[in-house]
Amino acid sequence: MGYLKIHQERITKAEADALTALCPFGALEYDGRRLEVNAACRMCRICVRKGPAGCMEYVEEDAAVDKDRWRGIAVFAEMREHGVHPVTLELLGKARELAEVTGHPVYAVLAGYRTDAAAETLAAYGADAVYVYDAPEFEKIRLDIYANAFSDFIERIRPSSVLVGATNLGRTLAPRVAARFRTGLTADCTALEMKENTDLVQIRPAFGGNIMARIVTPNHRPQFCTVRYKVFSMPARREKSGTVYRLELPEEKKISSFEVLGTVEKPKVVDISEADVIVACGRGIRSKDDLKLAEELAEALGAQIACTRPLVECGWFDPKKQIGLSGRTVKAKLIVTVGVSGSVQFVAGMQGSEHIVAINTDPQAGIFSIASLGLVGDLYRVLPELTSRIKELKNEPV
Amino acid sequence: MEIIVCIKQVPGTNLVEVDPETGVLKRNGVASKLNPYDLFALELALGLKEKHGGRVRVVTMGPPQAAKAVEEAVCMGAEEGVVLSDRAFAGADVLATSYTLAQGIRRAGRFDLVICGRQTTDGNTAQVGAELAEHLGIPHAGNVMEVIAVDPERKRVTVSADMDATVYTESIGYPCVLCCGGDINTPRLPSYRRKKETEGGRCTFLSLADLEDRDEADYGLPGSATKVEKIYPPEGKKERSFLTGTDEEQALALAEHLRRLRFI
Repeated sequence: MGYLKIHQERITKAEADALTALCPFGALEYDGRRLEVNAACRMCRICVRKGPAGCMEYVEEDAAVDKDRWRGIAVFAEMREHGVHPVTLELLGKARELAEVTGHPVYAVLAGYRTDAAAETLAAYGADAVYVYDAPEFEKIRLDIYANAFSDFIERIRPSSVLVGATNLGRTLAPRVAARFRTGLTADCTALEMKENTDLVQIRPAFGGNIMARIVTPNHRPQFCTVRYKVFSMPARREKSGTVYRLELPEEKKISSFEVLGTVEKPKVVDISEADVIVACGRGIRSKDDLKLAEELAEALGAQIACTRPLVECGWFDPKKQIGLSGRTVKAKLIVTVGVSGSVQFVAGMQGSEHIVAINTDPQAGIFSIASLGLVGDLYRVLPELTSRIKELKNEPV
Repeated sequence: MEIIVCIKQVPGTNLVEVDPETGVLKRNGVASKLNPYDLFALELALGLKEKHGGRVRVVTMGPPQAAKAVEEAVCMGAEEGVVLSDRAFAGADVLATSYTLAQGIRRAGRFDLVICGRQTTDGNTAQVGAELAEHLGIPHAGNVMEVIAVDPERKRVTVSADMDATVYTESIGYPCVLCCGGDINTPRLPSYRRKKETEGGRCTFLSLADLEDRDEADYGLPGSATKVEKIYPPEGKKERSFLTGTDEEQALALAEHLRRLRFI
């Protein structure tokens, strides 16, 4: 990668007009005196290749990193309750797939206290090597010393890619460590691919609209990404188990600015992430009272109710019921969407579900492009009929 | 207390279309607004100022129009603000953005707390606050829901933080960065009287030349580590079928379909 250098001395209005018209992204701006590149630039370099000679120059940056000196796909392990958080195991499964392209090893790194059982789990679910920082200082989460352990692992082992679960911990710890290494991090990836040159392709929706982006970290290592729970599938436990190594942090790196005064487990709410059958409500439902239609359908199906972001923003639902990139990811066996248009962020939160049935009056609604079964109709007429027929069928022998 | 709040001006709406042939983004000329998540950060800061005295100043990186975001923050009660604006900052990813903000904050003199919103409605990364703390070399607390206490003698602040299944009550030494969650308070509205009191004149502009590190390579597109390789409209599933008939007929057909799949 490099950057564009503009030779202002060669640019008069004629050149500026030609270049501005040439750019497919509208990234060149001329104010009468200077031509500038704005943030819309995608480095396609048409301006260099086809523009007036000598005006635009592409300056190649030396690749800042020797990719051969960074090896392995590491997963940061997070603990939950009495074991390893399932997102860590999902990421280990994905790491193994990615490692097949480059032949790199898969690592897990864990900071905690009394971690033997957790380390064994990590070794059994895909890590070739598990690196553990086990000390009483790590019993509770304290971001500064967790970042120190994580960074120590990266300095010693030098993994090429680092995958972190996009939990509240992961999403605040990963950027800290990425910044420490002056490297890139893509949050909330919905897919990952590996190139043979060890570049990790980080895929996610972008611009809050109907766009997918493929993002890379071509000149820095390690390459960080965070991925939410249930985006990838739980792998199977493996026959062969990895090796566990204990690493020590120097004492001064275990001194924390944090003091944990108390922790309280939040009350257990039924989590839509775990639901097998879901009825998801969208803005096609016109009033809070009308939610009753969806609730009755959910009850008949034995389903959990969930919703899109706008229904949380207007106060009809608790944020825990929101499906989407900024909400929960669900992987249901059956999800019936009711009056949902299907924005990219909503879809990112449920597209892994097995059977997707969509009900919407608009045949062009985005949701229909990912639904296995589409129903173009008015939910106010469909739902009552559907619910009553379901109840009838339930009373009939199969 | 000396508090700095990072804010951002974001597009009024996220409706964006892509031309699938050229990959050009067609952004409608829509109004901009102060990032809604930053309102919670500002409210947190202003509440602390009311309780403990001191100043709230804001900093933002953006084009010159970002001054409007500073004005709105001032009308809510902030003392003043800085816009970091320079062509060299354009095209920045999180690494370069957080670095730029850190350089701007270094020009602000002494501070006790930097408070950041959870994420922006356009970038949505939720990373800048944590990276900013790293560049400043100070600790940060993530997912902060509330500031419970401030101890100015020991220079420690006690917060509650949302760690998914658990709520942590923790104290941290300051200066530090607090990255707050969403929906943690009810942000106050800008005050018309304050708007009149402070009309223009509370906003300063800083460019690359004003910062300690003046190397262009550390900012904007050159200072970014992540690059967008390609953008494209999402693909739909290949096989999909539609039911036909009246609403009632489709409802009955769907019920049969669900029975066949053994969901009922």
